[in-house]
Amino acid sequence: MNNDSINLKVGQCAATTYTVPVGPVHPALKEPIRFSFDLDGERIVGVDIKPGFAHRGIEYMGMKRNLIQALYLSERICGICSISHPLAFTQAVENAAGIEVPPRAQYIRTIIGELERVHSHLLWAGVGAHELGFDTLLHLTWNVREKSMDLLEELTGNRVDYAIPIFSGVRRDVPAEKAHLAYEALDYYKSLLQQMIDAFLHDKSVEMRTRDVGALTYDQAIELCAVGPTARASGVKKDVRQDMPYLAYADMDIRAITPADFGTEPRGDVYDNIIVRLLEVQQSIGIIEYCLENLPSGELMSIPKVPALLAALKKASGEGIGRHEAPRGEVIHYVRLAEGVEELAVWKVKAPTYSNLMAWVPKFLGDEIADVPIIAASIDPCMCCMDRVHLADAAGNKTTRMKEELVRLSREKTRRICG
Amino acid sequence: MALPRSFKRALWVFHVATGSCNGCDIEIVAALTPRYDVERFGIMLTGTPRHADVLLITGPVTKPMLPRLKRIYEQTPDPKAVVVVGGCGSTSGVFYESYNVVGPIDEVIPVDVYVPGCPSRPEAIIDGVVKAVAKLETLEKSRGGE
Repeated sequence: MNNDSINLKVGQCAATTYTVPVGPVHPALKEPIRFSFDLDGERIVGVDIKPGFAHRGIEYMGMKRNLIQALYLSERICGICSISHPLAFTQAVENAAGIEVPPRAQYIRTIIGELERVHSHLLWAGVGAHELGFDTLLHLTWNVREKSMDLLEELTGNRVDYAIPIFSGVRRDVPAEKAHLAYEALDYYKSLLQQMIDAFLHDKSVEMRTRDVGALTYDQAIELCAVGPTARASGVKKDVRQDMPYLAYADMDIRAITPADFGTEPRGDVYDNIIVRLLEVQQSIGIIEYCLENLPSGELMSIPKVPALLAALKKASGEGIGRHEAPRGEVIHYVRLAEGVEELAVWKVKAPTYSNLMAWVPKFLGDEIADVPIIAASIDPCMCCMDRVHLADAAGNKTTRMKEELVRLSREKTRRICG
Repeated sequence: MALPRSFKRALWVFHVATGSCNGCDIEIVAALTPRYDVERFGIMLTGTPRHADVLLITGPVTKPMLPRLKRIYEQTPDPKAVVVVGGCGSTSGVFYESYNVVGPIDEVIPVDVYVPGCPSRPEAIIDGVVKAVAKLETLEKSRGGE
């Protein structure tokens, strides 16, 4: 072998990129999704995302059930945003059917929605700490989070899946005798917030692992239509509660929170994501306090009898859109009601993670393979919300899959017959 | 209640989401964190099924997860116990007529313990894992080992 061929081989090796698959089941992921990373050494130079593992066909199932059954199904799109989806869904249906919601019900929906944001952001902060290998902080954060779960259980009867919104109102009241529990929980969070900010934002190791990691610039966030804290961390002042106020938010002055509120220039990295989410916990506490103090009196549902409600919905026809700022960003439900039918004619859900999915690509590119877990977690992905099936594949691709499927079926049959 | 003999060793648990809504999944994490703190009993989440004694499975089985679930079950060493957490994993629950859901977990792999609830409360999940301990103990006895 002469020197030339050796040099050639060395050159080829240097130019090689390796593909590392991650998922669908992987310790760094809480939910099934598949990433395929092209690596040049430790650097990520290409990324491909394959979602669809948690797709359950909820829109299809919802269109086969009556509207109240579909409401319970909408709650089970996601167990973490288990009030965001029903809030958007009820608004869409009320919008289509022209049903008014009493003010007290609107305030109660807001209170539960904001409590969910508190627990969801703390949940995310804990998971983020875990992905950094800082498990003490995970346990600390989740311990603090339990207080909001206690309050949610006290007010709604359940830790997760609260079943509070129903078309035309809410199912349960927040009675005056329980308000002190809520104030107690809010005081607890107010007293701990500075400690949480110190633990996350003034910690050397957290800062070293998250500063300038997984950055998304302002322009990229706009271009890729990122939503929620992912967009706000890049400095985009975008928040449905601010831009198109609904429920009780119209009575308050709500501004989108960006890292500028913490006194730093937005860079869109993981550190900025932590800033935005922690400050939003503070904002939510303020909103809940306002709602408790100004809770209007009055009825809970404008059509309190369920049979009458179902009959009114059956008579209604038209289209409606419901939007809600979920903890992860804007969730949109679109419905079409047809007259004389109990089921939905059309139901379309757009969950926040669907909008934020493409933000992963610029966030991953150029970073190291060891940063994959925290960057993946930084958009607070929720696969169960957004997974959908893809049928618009290239024709050639489809036939190969069909072939594999057929071969598999054929082999299985042989095994079955031969025992 | 006397502690089962299997408490001599730490139980390692592997968590698989086969299409769940995250509700039970966050309650599993809640069970591991300080309020419920199952780690004091030596119960720990592990990163691979090859190290696991117990599989904690959430959600109905979606079509893309079907081969993965079978493979994870095969990768888990014997003796093992399978705990299904949540109503949809036990019976398909609210996801009962979908084109992309194969069915409940026990249509794919054998299940030892069903934890009810939508979602299951952390206390119920702990109870399910304790029942799995008893199951593992009987399995070990029948194999004549400790």
